[in-house]
Amino acid sequence: MLTIQYFASVRETLGKASEQIQLPDHISTVAELTEHLATRGDAWQLLLNSSQVLIAVNQSVADRSTRLLGSEEVAFFPPMTGG
Amino acid sequence: MQQHTRISVQTDDFDLAAEYDNARQQSVNPGAIVCFSGLVRDIAHIGGQTPEQQTLTLEHYPGMTEQALLRIAEQALERWPLQFIRVIHRVGSLAPADQIVLVITSSAHRSAAFEAAEFIMDYLKTSAPFWKKQIAGSHSEWVASRESDYRAAERWTKSGHA
Repeated sequence: MLTIQYFASVRETLGKASEQIQLPDHISTVAELTEHLATRGDAWQLLLNSSQVLIAVNQSVADRSTRLLGSEEVAFFPPMTGG
Repeated sequence: MQQHTRISVQTDDFDLAAEYDNARQQSVNPGAIVCFSGLVRDIAHIGGQTPEQQTLTLEHYPGMTEQALLRIAEQALERWPLQFIRVIHRVGSLAPADQIVLVITSSAHRSAAFEAAEFIMDYLKTSAPFWKKQIAGSHSEWVASRESDYRAAERWTKSGHA
């Protein structure tokens, strides 16, 4: 199972903090995952915006070409504002 | 590496004097210790509320946050001859003027300690998964990331620095 976590404004926009999904066979990259999730509705189109939504795979910053096997922890979040 | 670096992500406040004393004890013949503390700024521009009515909520990504801070500390240790690094970042609900972040670096020489502390803060702001939300009365808004923070981090990747 793939674990997906959503943080901060992304979590609020989507109304979801985390979920587990079975990765469909035809999906092998983060970009394909975001396109898959974006079919859920208008709010989910947010995930396609690479300047507003950053990605981590297994708790390391990743990009949209990062490959997925289906058992990773993927996170979507806005640009960081700590400090 | 582990004995040179201490990272904490916590809701509790921190004691600058106690952390400074600890940094002195952890360092072998340090010539310089730099302590940076970041405080919550007043956010009067939203909601027309007084500072007493304002709070800042800090969210983070447990697990990734600690790894990201350790990675930043490792990079600083590779670049400068440091003896000790201490990073504390608070999360949860904070008020204006509260302490939010602490960075301590110790080295034989001040330039290394100063530069490393600034490097750690610059990278922390753009690559550690923290998010600030300002709340004033019934208004709330997520703090937007700033282009100037990204430029501050990028300058360390250019030549000309230690």
